[in-house]
Amino acid sequence: MATMRAISQRLGWTRAAMGAPLVLLLVLFLVYPVGQLLLLSVHGDNGFTLAQYRQLFASSVYLDVLLITLKISLVTTLVCVVTGYPIAYLISGVGKERKATLLFWVLLSFWTSFLVRAFAWIVLLGRNGVINKLLLWLGIISSPASLLYNFGSVLVGMVNALLPLAVLTMLSVMENIDRNLPRAAATLGARPGMAFWKIYFPLSLPGVAAAGIMVFVTAIGFFIVPALLGGRRETMITQLIIDQVQQTMNWGFAGAISVLLLVVVLIVFAAYDRLLGLSTMTGASAPRNAKPSRLSGPVVRAGDALLTLLGAISDRIILLLSSRRRDRNPDQAGMGLQAFVWTMLLVMSAPTILMIPLSFGNGGLNWPPQGFTLHWYETVLSSPVWTQAMLRSLLVGIGTGLLAMLIGTPAAFLLVRSDISGKAAWLAFILSPIVVPRMIIAVGLFYVFARIGLVGSAVGLVLGHTVVAVPYVVITMMAVLRNYDTRLDQAAQSLGARPLATLRYVTFPILAAGMMSSFLFAFATSFDELTIALFATGGLNATLPKQFWDEVTLQVSPVIAAVSTCLFVFMGLLIFVAERLRRRAAAR
Amino acid sequence: MVSSSLCIRELCKRYGDFVALAPTSLDVAKGEFLTLLGPSGSGKTTLLSLIAGLAQPDEGQILIDDADVTHSPAYDRDIGVVFQNYALFPHMTIEDNIAFPLKMRKVSDAEARRRAGEALETVRLPHVAKRYPRELSGGQQQRIALARCIVYRPAIILMDEPLGALDKKLRDQMQLEIKRIHRELGTTIVYVTHDQEEAMTMSDRICLMNAGAIEQLGTPQDLYFRPRSLFVADFLGESNLLSATVRGVDGEGLDIVLAEQLAASRAVGNGSRFAAGEPIKVMVRPQNLLVGEGGQLSGRLTDVMISGSLTRLYIAPEAAGLPQLVAAHPTRSGSPPYEIGQRLSLGWHAADAVAIHEGKGI
Ligand SMILES: Nc1ncnc2c1ncn2[C@@H]1O[C@H](COP(=O)(O)OP(=O)(O)O)[C@@H](O)[C@H]1O
Ligand SMILES: [Mg+2]
Repeated sequence: MATMRAISQRLGWTRAAMGAPLVLLLVLFLVYPVGQLLLLSVHGDNGFTLAQYRQLFASSVYLDVLLITLKISLVTTLVCVVTGYPIAYLISGVGKERKATLLFWVLLSFWTSFLVRAFAWIVLLGRNGVINKLLLWLGIISSPASLLYNFGSVLVGMVNALLPLAVLTMLSVMENIDRNLPRAAATLGARPGMAFWKIYFPLSLPGVAAAGIMVFVTAIGFFIVPALLGGRRETMITQLIIDQVQQTMNWGFAGAISVLLLVVVLIVFAAYDRLLGLSTMTGASAPRNAKPSRLSGPVVRAGDALLTLLGAISDRIILLLSSRRRDRNPDQAGMGLQAFVWTMLLVMSAPTILMIPLSFGNGGLNWPPQGFTLHWYETVLSSPVWTQAMLRSLLVGIGTGLLAMLIGTPAAFLLVRSDISGKAAWLAFILSPIVVPRMIIAVGLFYVFARIGLVGSAVGLVLGHTVVAVPYVVITMMAVLRNYDTRLDQAAQSLGARPLATLRYVTFPILAAGMMSSFLFAFATSFDELTIALFATGGLNATLPKQFWDEVTLQVSPVIAAVSTCLFVFMGLLIFVAERLRRRAAAR
Repeated sequence: MVSSSLCIRELCKRYGDFVALAPTSLDVAKGEFLTLLGPSGSGKTTLLSLIAGLAQPDEGQILIDDADVTHSPAYDRDIGVVFQNYALFPHMTIEDNIAFPLKMRKVSDAEARRRAGEALETVRLPHVAKRYPRELSGGQQQRIALARCIVYRPAIILMDEPLGALDKKLRDQMQLEIKRIHRELGTTIVYVTHDQEEAMTMSDRICLMNAGAIEQLGTPQDLYFRPRSLFVADFLGESNLLSATVRGVDGEGLDIVLAEQLAASRAVGNGSRFAAGEPIKVMVRPQNLLVGEGGQLSGRLTDVMISGSLTRLYIAPEAAGLPQLVAAHPTRSGSPPYEIGQRLSLGWHAADAVAIHEGKGI
């Protein structure tokens, strides 16, 4: 009895040691700072006050900004989901090699910095940019049109920024849909349209919903795109928070706006949970096990009728369009779909790629590029501001990668391997850095860092970045561990290996690829992070994205094109390496 | 009774350079139960997909009741398919799953419901209508897949290793069930399996496939007792294969000499033509290898294995150049004790020794 208790006690301590670092990190650098910020919004000189909120709702200015934010986010979400769906559908269905190619382009956009992509659109849509030049050449317009700083340019930038996220989220669900199901439907008499709308589409809905909420929540906290590509009328709510902190140091009011933003996000999540259940969020849950939605009877029946109608209409259209359909391979995607997907992938990556020749030209950022020079690259490399920013970003990125992995992996072990109670709640807590808008975390951290002297230090940045990167590490490692055959460990132990030796010789070598890819994920998250860096660097000791931001908001110069090109190539290499690792792990 | 005949002419399917199905012809009669048997990768699923219209052939024709359906889409063929992993729609109840093909045929709601109920009765699961597929066991899901397939009375039913995922006992039970349904409905069934016992017990005819081509087509008895090639002899049950040379041919019978001029003997042909002087293999099934009688050969006992109803004796022949032999007879209680190393004389009836060409059958 006594030994039993001792063992279970030791087990308890081990578990605590595995989970504590992550919990501590999140409490100290997420819960506390955000809580502080929210408290500041109701804290006046003499105690509790609602003054900030009175100011917030006194005029329609802030509510208007909120409405614009919601409008931009909603339209962005709609466009991303609708255009992302066919892309994910095609990728999930093609053979291995074509899938790798298609996925590379999606991942390349996904990992190319928001800043680089937004900057590329500035260049592309400028008065002397490619688009204007093309329109002039085609004779559609007679003088350069102003394509920038309006709703359209913001929408283009937002969709470009978030489409890869939508595609990847939907893909994770679609890859788990059994392709035999639509085929089975065909043998049962369903025409292609009916098979798609009645069978495939309902099964892909959890992916659509997850993509929708991910894109919407990210969009609502965005500031890079509206700040760079939008005019005054496209100001979004996070930009207001930046103004309050950077220009007036009005913490209370910044807190009040943050509360507003947080409330909106929480309402969205609550609505999502009511309708579909948050468990569908993780996407990875196989649709076969997914509970049917919690929608009530009449809604379901109406939905079913609608799908039947859509199926019938699609089949009518297919019938009208194609008489050649006969000898087509029923499993191959249509030419139309393929053309659409490749066009979208091209549009996604083209701006960044078109910028590359400009960075070697000496004609400024005007299209077409003129001459060849390495001048801009020399400028970057000889400027201590840029080189130091680069070094700092590398340092912080590596620090974040290591810390996130060290803290996240044991927690993932705990969540997968042991039967701790309230797993769902723990998981929700660990994922909360993704849910809470990044801006709120950033401002809260700034406030706390300022008081303990961490502003401008690499340590502060690493801690902040680890908070936002660690959920991805936990998710990745949980997925890896779920696929890991624990019988291998048992085999090692039966062969005489003690627990530590088992870890060292069996577990870790097999998990290495997964750990490496989660390290890279955390590194890339940090390397591209601007929101937290915007404040926590404190004006000096900028990271690369911060330096980029400072420059691009001052002036648009070819130097930035050169930096963008470097970043683009660097990210391309990183994805290539990560993909290689992932495939090597999968091949085992 | 709804059933159709199926006729396949020179059907061929390639993936790039790889030939998944060499030009193949096959006739299936109305109401027949035909099994495609073969090792994994032999092209069974490929052939089935082509028949179902889930893949397009590179060459050849498919006729159903003499109508060319080679290029009609799957949804127009009126063929039922039971998929290997059942392919039940996870977002629909069992009832909706079964009613799906009826809805696609514009059957009214009430009628569809009634017929789904009937189909559930047929597979003896009337109480699961309102459940979801994931709430059923593997065997139950298998029955539902069957019910969904028979509910619209397709003229031909294709089944791709439908029992592959079930345990032995359930498999035996489902085999009977499928045979019963075949008898009751009279539908033409093309059944795929890699399990030779299953093929032997269920089929009217077996089509044994190997490397994308038909190796032999015939009744289970044909394939078992008159294999056209060594592959067939080997794939269906245990066999002893002895090298021999043909001495002379008279009608069905052959004069042969076993293993390098060792002993003169008799054998029967497997239906193909043999020439004097030709090297062949002679197949004797274990249950036809008689211990202690005749005496064409002698050998020493190396192992005895009792597997329930059968006792197997493993024997090393004394003559060089002969492989280890296995003889089987029903296990009797109190049967004479065998001693390892004991000398045994072996023989067989000429009618049980089947001559097979060394190479591929002609
Ligand atoms: N879509 C495909 N692409 C390439 N090769 C395929 C494809 N489908 C099947 N094959 C190949 O064709 C051969 C026959 O496959 P299949 O008909 O599934 O065999 P079986 O069902 O008898 O196990 C296999 O070697 C398989 O690798
Ligand atoms: Mg198969």
